[in-house]
Amino acid sequence: MALSERDKVSGHMTTGHEWNGIKELNTPVPRVVYIFLISATIFSVTWTILMPSWPGINDYFRGLLGADQQAEVRQSVAEGVAERSSWTDAIVDEDFTTIRADPSLMQTVRETGKMLFAENCAACHGAEGLGNPGFPNIIQAPTMWGDDPATIMETIRVGINSAHDETRYGQMLAFGRDQMLPLSDVDRVVTYVQTLSDPAIATADNAEDIGEGATIFADNCAACHGETGTGMQETGAPNLTDQYWIYGGDRSSIRHTVYYGRQGLMPTWEGRLTPAYIKLLALYVADLRTAAK
Amino acid sequence: MIADLTRAERTWAMIIVGGLTVIGLAMAVGGRNDLLGVHGWMVMIVGLAGFAMMIRQFDAPEPDPERLQHYYDAPTRAGIILTLIWAVIGMFVGLWVATLLAFPDLTFDAAWASFGRLRPVHTSGVIFGFGGNALIATSYHVLQRTTRARLPDQISPWFVLLGYNLFCVIAASGYMMGLTQSKEYAEPEWYADIWLTIVWVVYFSIYIRTLMRRKEPHIYVANWYYMAFILVVAMLHIINNLAVPISLGSAKSYSLFSGVQDAMTQWWYGHNAVAFFLTSGFLGMMYYYLPKRAGRPIFSYRLSIISFWGITFMYMWAGSHHLHYTALPQWVQTLGMAFSVVLLVPSWASAGNALMTLNGAWHKVRDDAVLRFMALAVIFYGLTTLEGSFMAIQAVNSLSHYTDWTIGHVHAGALGWVAMIVFGSLYALVPTMWKRPKLYSAKLVEVHFWLALSGTLIYVFAMWNSGVTQGLMWRTYSESGALTYSFIDSLVAMHPYYIARAIGGLLFLLGAIVASYNIGMTIRSPIAETSDDAGQDLPAQPALQAGE
Repeated sequence: MALSERDKVSGHMTTGHEWNGIKELNTPVPRVVYIFLISATIFSVTWTILMPSWPGINDYFRGLLGADQQAEVRQSVAEGVAERSSWTDAIVDEDFTTIRADPSLMQTVRETGKMLFAENCAACHGAEGLGNPGFPNIIQAPTMWGDDPATIMETIRVGINSAHDETRYGQMLAFGRDQMLPLSDVDRVVTYVQTLSDPAIATADNAEDIGEGATIFADNCAACHGETGTGMQETGAPNLTDQYWIYGGDRSSIRHTVYYGRQGLMPTWEGRLTPAYIKLLALYVADLRTAAK
Repeated sequence: MIADLTRAERTWAMIIVGGLTVIGLAMAVGGRNDLLGVHGWMVMIVGLAGFAMMIRQFDAPEPDPERLQHYYDAPTRAGIILTLIWAVIGMFVGLWVATLLAFPDLTFDAAWASFGRLRPVHTSGVIFGFGGNALIATSYHVLQRTTRARLPDQISPWFVLLGYNLFCVIAASGYMMGLTQSKEYAEPEWYADIWLTIVWVVYFSIYIRTLMRRKEPHIYVANWYYMAFILVVAMLHIINNLAVPISLGSAKSYSLFSGVQDAMTQWWYGHNAVAFFLTSGFLGMMYYYLPKRAGRPIFSYRLSIISFWGITFMYMWAGSHHLHYTALPQWVQTLGMAFSVVLLVPSWASAGNALMTLNGAWHKVRDDAVLRFMALAVIFYGLTTLEGSFMAIQAVNSLSHYTDWTIGHVHAGALGWVAMIVFGSLYALVPTMWKRPKLYSAKLVEVHFWLALSGTLIYVFAMWNSGVTQGLMWRTYSESGALTYSFIDSLVAMHPYYIARAIGGLLFLLGAIVASYNIGMTIRSPIAETSDDAGQDLPAQPALQAGE
């Protein structure tokens, strides 16, 4: 054990301990550390006196300021609702035509709708609403259930094939898998459906298939998709004659659809979004559709 | 390694690896319909490999009794190499997940390569693989030098080092297979936790048994910190991992805690893992290698004492600041914040004690990149603890929580403090351990220093910007009182910062590779003819004697 000695650089004495050449100075704790410690402690103790803090057996000290985090959240939510009621009330009360004619209200619809759409709709329908495989393009394509704002609002409210009691219900039957059509008929009707949107498919070689396909279509498909395949909003069956496809318009996708059927899902937003926000989103989508035309 | 063991120790080692083989077999059979079985086979292969090595060398000559007159440094040497291997692995996976965040398609549609599975490989790889091995390796060295006693035996240090690495491998491979308790930094499942507990108890016993035989009247401050690290981590690990496996043949278990109690237990663990693993342990490292390298006495023994007890006492109560504005009762949040604020005082006292120790040696900091690594580490330690206490204040936390600011804060600590003090200490330690006159290249240490510093700064600044941007976007309201930005808008805004973060991480990884090369070449360089301190670096107390 080394003896205590004076360090030349600092002028302080060492403690006299030494470990493998490491020594320690016996420097007193600098005053600044005590000042710092005392002020930090005063701050913290004061804070615990002001705010809910020290626990007892059955309860805790509520703090002199009577702060309550949960009450603050409730109050701040209520204030937000009150602040937004200046326009949410108008959205709920006015009819669609009046709102769409009100430029300042539509400004709010466009700003807020953009955020609401990105948070709630974009995950399936895409950031621009242009659709993804399995989820329709809701901006450019003809809608399945109707594209006036009131119908769009109803679709958002109840969803499609959703858990809502009043859900819209749409099902494409599994004609192949459930043996409603023999495989050869599935192939023929698929060829016919292809010609609806792409007449160039028809050649002299497949004229017979297409002819039989048309008959099969009239017997099995027209009830929902319409005689001409242009879709029916009463059944939610899509238009087959345009260039928009939910599940793909190539032969193998169409064949998959006819064979296995389809049952898309759109969740119900009632209860998850306020009536004002549902109506606002309907206005927003209708507005985008108008702009896209 | 085996040649160092006495015949009796070899027998014990046979029993241990044999037992490990049997445990592995039992896990493989019991868990044959579960991923537990895969780990069973891995454990069994490790056990069998150890058994085969023991058999081959079992009849080798008894070790030279003269060895007991020296310190036992072979486990430290192995630990240094393992530290470097884990550094490169852990930081590479870190770079990978950072790149994934900027370019999410890089998962190749493979489950094991998804962000959720790779992220814990990164965190455990750097914290436990890199940091843990560095702590074990340096603690063996510091413990012996500051007690002037040789480690008590030759088998338990190996058991701890290799057993710990087995835990790390089980943990990382489990994450990639999808095995997790979903507790941050405590992801490994019950059987890995039990194994680590055994390893950890032996680790603590090595400390106690060596300290009891010390030939110095006082216990050096570095050992207080290393012991706090070992003891508290044991306590945290055991309590947070209390869980019931669904069966002994299944890897899955359920925590004993649920709801907000579970969250509080987890963050009591999580925060104190930062405190006692990433702070206390590395402060122990700093308290030995920094004054040793600087050739200066510790600035103040008294300051060491109050900061040690300050850190040890205050940290314990601060965990609830991870749960501000959650279901956690407000009074617990207030107390967490209050303790976190006071915690800054002992943290800065430690940093100040280290920096003041450098008084009289600042010219060495300028000229010697090894000491500069340690000095910079202390500065980052000071900055990070200031930031930590600041972020624990509820009003600040309401902006910073759930944002990349937290990630920036953690990496200021992990890269700036933990990794820098490790690399500085390893550079100081390696020549002595392998009895080489000096490092292979001082220039490469300089290169590493600047890579590490620039990588850390790029990383931390990118995350500060990203975090504050996120936090502000999430709370921006339009004039109509609705949120202005959707969540996806904030993701788009972060993209450039995520690329910058990956570049910072790449620089840091390159630094670690340079360090590994430099240390590898040092080991391969010719041995010193006569070491400067030959004849001095010897224990006063040899290993545990029969009847002791």
